[in-house]
Amino acid sequence: MKYLEFKIAVLERTGLDERAFRESGSEIYIAANLENFHGICLLLHSILSSPVMLYFAEDNVKTSGVYTLRCGFLGKKIQRWVFVVVDIPKDNLNFPAISKDIVSAQLFEREIKEMFGLIPAGSPDVRRLRLHDEVWPDGYFPLRKEFVKPEKTNNTGKYYVFDRIEGEGVFEVPVGPVHAGIIGPGHFRFSVAGEPIINLELRLGFAHRGAEKLFEGKSAKEAQIFSECISGDAAFAHSLAFSLAVEQAAGIDVKENVKINRAIGLELERIYNHINDIGGMAIDVAFSYSSTLASIVKENILRLNEKLSKHRYLKGSNGVGQCALIKDKESRVCLLEVLSGAKTDIDLLKNILFSSVSFMDKVDTTGTLHRKTAEDFGVTGLAGRASGLELDLRRVFPGIYEKTSFEIIRGDKGDVLSRLNVRFNELAVALRVITELSGQINFSGKEDSPEAIIISGTGLGAVEGWRGPIIYWVKIGKEGKIERCKIVDASFNNWQALSCCVHGNIIPDFPVCNKSFDFSYSGGDL
Amino acid sequence: MNNIINIANARIQKGIVTENLDLIGSKLKTEIQKKFARSLFLREVDTGSCGACESEIISAINPVYDLQRFGVDFVASPRHADALLVTGPVSLNMSLALKRTYEAMPSPKFVITAGDCALDGGPFKGSYYIEGGVSKIIPVVFHIPGCPPKPIDLVLALLLAVKNLKRS
Ligand code: SF4
Repeated sequence: MKYLEFKIAVLERTGLDERAFRESGSEIYIAANLENFHGICLLLHSILSSPVMLYFAEDNVKTSGVYTLRCGFLGKKIQRWVFVVVDIPKDNLNFPAISKDIVSAQLFEREIKEMFGLIPAGSPDVRRLRLHDEVWPDGYFPLRKEFVKPEKTNNTGKYYVFDRIEGEGVFEVPVGPVHAGIIGPGHFRFSVAGEPIINLELRLGFAHRGAEKLFEGKSAKEAQIFSECISGDAAFAHSLAFSLAVEQAAGIDVKENVKINRAIGLELERIYNHINDIGGMAIDVAFSYSSTLASIVKENILRLNEKLSKHRYLKGSNGVGQCALIKDKESRVCLLEVLSGAKTDIDLLKNILFSSVSFMDKVDTTGTLHRKTAEDFGVTGLAGRASGLELDLRRVFPGIYEKTSFEIIRGDKGDVLSRLNVRFNELAVALRVITELSGQINFSGKEDSPEAIIISGTGLGAVEGWRGPIIYWVKIGKEGKIERCKIVDASFNNWQALSCCVHGNIIPDFPVCNKSFDFSYSGGDL
Repeated sequence: MNNIINIANARIQKGIVTENLDLIGSKLKTEIQKKFARSLFLREVDTGSCGACESEIISAINPVYDLQRFGVDFVASPRHADALLVTGPVSLNMSLALKRTYEAMPSPKFVITAGDCALDGGPFKGSYYIEGGVSKIIPVVFHIPGCPPKPIDLVLALLLAVKNLKRS
């Protein structure tokens, strides 16, 4: 489908005027009203076959007396982000919920409600998401502009009620928020009958630090540094998505060398995390020998990162219009050397794992996430691809990847083994892509781009991080200060995959199910 | 197993990091011998970190640093721990859990914090949803700066922390 065909189809089926469309690069904004908002969202959901990818509010009460809602879908074929935009007057905060028809909108609407006090009328679930009832009093909406912090938090006297699964012999196992391992905080409530898990309810939000609010009022430069703290093991992807959003908003062109360096950074991050999680899966089924090998590979990549960027997690290497990891021929040699060592080790690791019958037995058919479930919940990234979904932003918006042999990797069964395979195959692709790209860097050109001038505007930046899409939508005000920053880390919707995939599995297999996804607590909780 | 050792040796270039590490580590080991009669057990608590601090703490027990050989290990329950190692700015949702984890530990006990967030909120300072540092909730005897602190810094800081520890 071409973009024009899409546009005509939407105009015909909604009866909208062409002026309702605003086009800006790969972003399309369709102006709606409270009557047709719901219908247009449903229409886009079906013709683009896209889940809700990002959906958020913005407080414009001071300037125009409204809250603005934007619901975004991804048109893979038309290579566009398509938003439906609606204004909600400040004196009637209701809007028609779309989550009663589109499951992937559910968490977004809960978020909008707790952060802005807007009411998704007809939504099946309006519980708070991150501001826990126990600690946060009613009536305080942090992302409103006039928000002031409540004087007293904690001990509100209210409690969260978990779903109660009843029946003979059914018992509950509560886990967290402080887990047994060295890992983020979250609460898992298992209901178990005999051995199989019959329900898993996740309660997250323990890592909520009010990140989106903290972006407001920062300069682009300050915000850039801050974006690296949203999810530390995806620091590069987050700061890259943020840069892209600012560059889009301010109309800044990016040089070819910068694009190459950014792709290299993104793939290095993918490599050390995939290898980390493969090791994690091994240790979660008590196969520590192989996980030790994985941890050495990871350490070597982290050291490489440090050589290239002075930081083991590549912090500080992105700037608006800038990124230089491979600055000279020596650093390229060093890069290729470490990667070729990594490749040998990864092959060996794969051999060890795949020739262990007991390991394979543990991961095969464990923790199956069905394709339909993944689709409904808007599961993206590696988790979605292992269940057969074909979504990779590197494919939809190839950019510099066009000059490489990049290919999209998918599985079909959606079990732990599938995710393991996707990781190994993505590792192979990443190693190849970096090698190819590093040969295309031009060392003779003038390196320093002048400091970019930030002008006001809005823009979207999205990258395929190692977990999946990381999306930033940024609004920059007149003084170059951030006015609104919406972040969607793939983990936000993907966490739901974990509760679905464990049904019928036993609790001892839960850690390996969890590790096979390795979602980000902090990225999801913000 | 030989395989792994060969790889480890081949891939880890002996450098300043590893040499310093052995030196610091052996001191740490002696100190732990003295004060804890063989081993120091830590329980890690994440109070809303970005995950990079955890990643580095885990790196400290990979075969390159192998923190365990100096007598330090991480345990799964606060009831088995001599000390807490805490990261993150303490989100409001985590403050009760942090307090309870501390209370669940047997005495004598102490707390070390790692990463800028844990000191005073770090990059999240001023947020509506953090307590702004671990010491607001439980007593802290030693802080390890960094964002995140590198594994070698963690080892060194543990040495200093144990050295400074007074018998209570
Ligand atoms: S100190 Fe830095 S690395 Fe550690 S949790 Fe905070 S932001 Fe993340």
